[in-house]
Amino acid sequence: MKKIAVSVTVNGRQREALIAPRMLLSDFVRQELELPGTHVGCEHGVCGSCNVIVDGKAVRSCLMFAVQAEGSQITTVEGFSADGELHPIQTAFWEEHGLQCGFCTPGMLASAKELLDANPDPTDDEIREAISGNLCRCTGYEFIINAIRSAAKTLRDTENKKTLQPA
Amino acid sequence: MASHLDTNVIPPSRQREAPRAGMTWIGQSIKRVEDPRILSGKGGYIDDVTVPGMAHAAMVTSPHAHARIVSIDTSKAKALAGVIGVYTGADLATVVDPCPSFASPPVPQHAMAIDKVRHVGEVVAAVVAEDRYIAEDAAGLVEVEWEILPANVDIEAALEATGDAVLHPDDRESNKALDESFSFGPVEEDFAAADHIIKRRLRWNRSSAQAIETCGVIAQFDPFKGGYTIHANSNFYNFIPFVIGGSLRVSPGELRIVPVLTGGSFGSKVFTHKIIILTGGLARLAGVPVKYIEDRLEHFTNSDSHGSDRLYDAELAVSKDGTFKSLRFTVLDDYGAYLQFGVGTHGNAMAQVTGPYQIGSFAMRVIAVLTNKTQQGPYRGFGSEVTNWVMERMVDATAAELGRDALELREQNMIQPDQFPYMIPTGNIYDSGNFQEVLGQAKEMFGLDAWREKAAKLRAEGRCVGIGVATCMERSVYGPTEWWSLNNRETPGFTLTSTPEGITARFDPSGKLFITLNSPMVGNSPETVVTQILAERLTVAPEDIVINYSDSQSGFNGVGPQGSRFTAMIAGACVSASIKLEERLKRFGAHMLQRRPEDVELRGGMVAVKGLKDQEKSFAEIALTSSFFRLSFPDGEEFDSGIETTAVYDHPISTDPAEDRSHLGIFYPIVGHICHIVAVEVDPGTGKVEMLDYSAVHDNGTIVNPRTLAGQVWGGTANGIGTTLSEQFCYDSEGQFTNPNFAEFAMPTANEMPRNFKLGHVETPSPYTEYGIKGGGEGGRLGAPSALTSAIEDALSNYGVRISALPVTPPILRGLIREAGQSAAG
Repeated sequence: MKKIAVSVTVNGRQREALIAPRMLLSDFVRQELELPGTHVGCEHGVCGSCNVIVDGKAVRSCLMFAVQAEGSQITTVEGFSADGELHPIQTAFWEEHGLQCGFCTPGMLASAKELLDANPDPTDDEIREAISGNLCRCTGYEFIINAIRSAAKTLRDTENKKTLQPA
Repeated sequence: MASHLDTNVIPPSRQREAPRAGMTWIGQSIKRVEDPRILSGKGGYIDDVTVPGMAHAAMVTSPHAHARIVSIDTSKAKALAGVIGVYTGADLATVVDPCPSFASPPVPQHAMAIDKVRHVGEVVAAVVAEDRYIAEDAAGLVEVEWEILPANVDIEAALEATGDAVLHPDDRESNKALDESFSFGPVEEDFAAADHIIKRRLRWNRSSAQAIETCGVIAQFDPFKGGYTIHANSNFYNFIPFVIGGSLRVSPGELRIVPVLTGGSFGSKVFTHKIIILTGGLARLAGVPVKYIEDRLEHFTNSDSHGSDRLYDAELAVSKDGTFKSLRFTVLDDYGAYLQFGVGTHGNAMAQVTGPYQIGSFAMRVIAVLTNKTQQGPYRGFGSEVTNWVMERMVDATAAELGRDALELREQNMIQPDQFPYMIPTGNIYDSGNFQEVLGQAKEMFGLDAWREKAAKLRAEGRCVGIGVATCMERSVYGPTEWWSLNNRETPGFTLTSTPEGITARFDPSGKLFITLNSPMVGNSPETVVTQILAERLTVAPEDIVINYSDSQSGFNGVGPQGSRFTAMIAGACVSASIKLEERLKRFGAHMLQRRPEDVELRGGMVAVKGLKDQEKSFAEIALTSSFFRLSFPDGEEFDSGIETTAVYDHPISTDPAEDRSHLGIFYPIVGHICHIVAVEVDPGTGKVEMLDYSAVHDNGTIVNPRTLAGQVWGGTANGIGTTLSEQFCYDSEGQFTNPNFAEFAMPTANEMPRNFKLGHVETPSPYTEYGIKGGGEGGRLGAPSALTSAIEDALSNYGVRISALPVTPPILRGLIREAGQSAAG
């Protein structure tokens, strides 16, 4: 099968590869880029475990071909934490017990980040709505909602501190 | 008065650590130690594992429920570039033998079908190729010629089937795999003396756990050493080599199973023997390591973990005053095409079949029916979720027929706090409990009296609002007799009585406590639990405890997380290990302090002289000295270098079943209790159910980590909500499984969960386990269906709707409302 060159920025790093045009973005990220943090749960776009952030939007990486991501900025779960520090959303999931088996978690984190980037102070119903495209079989969701609410507060507090500091 | 239970003597407690107030670590909601690596995407699940030279498998599966394989043409598939090999069931049978089974006599099953398929999704051929894409291309090129046979879909019709409709004609003349009757206590007399006999026909339909991660295996076969190295997301990895070595034609010792972090189980990954045998055989045939990860469709249709699918004809004998006397039922169970666990799911239910009530006798006839569906396996509750629902349905039915308040009837018949340990008619005991306290807390938390008034008012306004209360048992910590005690007594099979859990513990020379577990992490919190218990018992700082997992060759005695056993069992192993480590720490430490071992104690990570403040040696100093300075200690093997131990904990309290099965012995005795109360509103026009308020109180004995336990309860409740309201596997008359995908098999999302969920706990410690810990992994699903069903029936009482089957999806509920309306009008 004829291969196509694809070039994307993943977690801040420029990545290039020659791949089959039918390769899914999920397989590309996991196998070609060796970033297995993105999980494939259903391969038909329902469970949301494979969500990654493409140009600011949480997308199902199992429903997208890698070649469609040409030129995009992609963030996977491996790009959330930096310098050995968890991202505030990840920390909130830890503190609020927002995960059990952890398999759906990377997708949840992507949906949560998309929400909080657009809406720093969501209501519980807005949080529910934002993660209603992510299936979790372990938690019953309540602690995930608590985690996202708590992360929102942490991120707002950090933002407020920044704006209060003299330039 | 002589009783059938007289021979079932309760052994004395072997508890060494009693629960006590003010524990430092047990009872704290510490953050899970498992989480940082998982949150950062570095968990290491099965599909994250790669080995050098690895190829990928894809399956050719049956599109028919029941058919003979006339021919398989693999030539086009084999010719595709990148294909390493294409194999049929006959090929696989040259290197593997049939699957193991706990049923006795077994129902034969091959990891890949030979000659005949018995359900949609059964594997008939496999491709091994350079990548999964090519493998799936090639699988599509395999041509199979079929001769279609009559499909068995209906549980009752399947029993009558003859000729070509019989699934296993070489072994059985009919589709009845097993038919056994049991009677515990004076059932006939109790029914003869009853003032009322309440009868119900109750149906529990099929669904399954559907963890978000499917099952997978990476298998390597070394022809020179003659053994396998297998990565698998099995819960059972230290237990199964003995069980499946025969199928793979190697000795158990030549089978190295390496565990991985597992993306959810709820029972569905307990055994996973078939995928291990299948992938192992492919690796051996292909001569390369093979990875096979089920896709979602394969997990639905071929993963051998479908849940209970039962039809009950139940009767409850009741006195005039509402006292429950005896319970009996006949149950037909649609097991699907094979019978891997026998009727173990019914054995499980025998642990608590009479619920929290004083019921003196019980009888059952269980008939295992084979049909053209994927076979059953475990799903959170392992059969007890169904009997809980049946018992609670029967209580509600009794209340309705006697014109009594259902809650009052429950309270009247409940076991009292001074009756523990309480032996139920089947011989199992309830170790401890306080059901009244659980109920009292639940009523208060829910605001039951206020809600009853409110519901009455809303109903007067024409709204369909109802309240349901369920009081259920949550058995935990099983002994394995449940797997075989209901087998035919002439052929009971392998009647094992051990389900141990072990741990290895070692202080390294820097003072870190390295732990090796023999059971995997499947979404429970094994590392957190072990950290908390060892920190408590040994006064070690949690951050100084490092946890790893053995593989099946380096490990020793682990049965894994199922049956809500792990926390209580590993606590026992931790205490055993701590006793041994303490002895060694004291021996070395005392010598370093120039004292006798009996003059020192453990204190804050130190061996310290009793009663003296500054006379102490840290565990790190002792570990270092004992590891590297042998000449500082006396001769004698008691001072051999280093501080290490292996410890095993056996079941805390179990007994054998009676030879004649007049009782089943004590096999699931560490019981929790749960009360769920829910208020719902039903839209009679659409059949939609909305939960207005939900309270749950669970008693799981001493709690190790309240937050992780709450997570288990929440998650189980979500499963129970799905079971009740939306989840059902659907089959058409040809046996086609019509909704095997996440779009049509509707599991709850965040939007389907109740908004006002309140959770409470009562702690009645077990007198038999260490620290009084009980299991708590299944309670949510063991309680939610009963409470919700009651609430919906109550909400629709104006329509006279009676709920006798789950789930009640909106269309099903609409149907019930319509029928009730017609019969009222007619």
